[in-house]
Amino acid sequence: MRLTSIIFLLCSLFLAMSAQALVVDETLDDPVLEARAQEISASIRCLVCQNESILDSDADLAKDLRKIVREHIVAGESNDQVKAFLVARYGDWVLLNPPFKLKTVLLWLGPALIFLFGAIAAFFFVRGRSEGRTVLDIEHLTMEEQAALDQLLADDEDGSARAK
Amino acid sequence: MQLRFLLPVTTFAVIAAIMWYALFNLNPAEIPSELVSKPAPEFSLEAIPGFGPALSTADLAKGKVTLLNVFASWCVACIVEHPLLVRLKQENLVDIYGLNYKDKPDAAAKWLTGRGNPYSRTGMDLKGRVGIDFGVYGVPETFVIDGDGKILDKIIGPITEDILENRLRPLLLRAGS
Repeated sequence: MRLTSIIFLLCSLFLAMSAQALVVDETLDDPVLEARAQEISASIRCLVCQNESILDSDADLAKDLRKIVREHIVAGESNDQVKAFLVARYGDWVLLNPPFKLKTVLLWLGPALIFLFGAIAAFFFVRGRSEGRTVLDIEHLTMEEQAALDQLLADDEDGSARAK
Repeated sequence: MQLRFLLPVTTFAVIAAIMWYALFNLNPAEIPSELVSKPAPEFSLEAIPGFGPALSTADLAKGKVTLLNVFASWCVACIVEHPLLVRLKQENLVDIYGLNYKDKPDAAAKWLTGRGNPYSRTGMDLKGRVGIDFGVYGVPETFVIDGDGKILDKIIGPITEDILENRLRPLLLRAGS
């Protein structure tokens, strides 16, 4: 009895999921055009839920925009033309993949610059450390160190002499 | 030796300062408008029944600065800014036009009857297409449009007392409404 209700519950869960997946707008009859519409929609940012594409978003505005994308494709526009239509209204911001231009140079090159800065810093840091070690080389003792060493050696000789 | 200490500390301080500024002064949800300093898009809409006359692009270019307020009866934030618009209307400083975004005509009419009508003209954007042409992505939004029909500024979200006094009013006075 309990098992059946659990199974029923699980089944109803899957039902709900497939039902949600069916909440899609009127698709285009031509599969090639529909594929293009979805491809464009996937690259357009939803302005309401900002890190989703309009293809993934359930927002009303996203639905309207998907519809507009389809209309423009049916009207015979290229992918770039459809995107240009949206960019003219909402700016480069609607493109999930922002174009490379003067305003976005920092966005695109920022990570590389930070990496470069870190690499240079790391290089100098490592070199500085290894240089610090070579200073300790016995061939380059300072006068005081040499004197201290001589002293120790002299003491040692005295000690061993005494032990004999 | 001193540089070795100073460099990471300054780097950290600079990053921290930028992030501190961004945290309190930048709003990631606010999308810079693409239409500012461009002419208002072409449209022609029927008025909300009983709240005419109708609204079209030509009405925005009659030599006077105008406000185009995008609103809807289903929009909660609109309730907040509405009294401010009604007050602004009483001041007679500027003509306010209402773009009723994706609303039901009778719901919009009822809403305006109950809360007062600050709009000299209204237009029903039933499908939201005009809103999209204006780059609207949330309601309310308010456009300041100069006498030639060029968009001077766009306020995203409800107009607050602060926005009215420090952003809107100076702009209206400068543009000579």
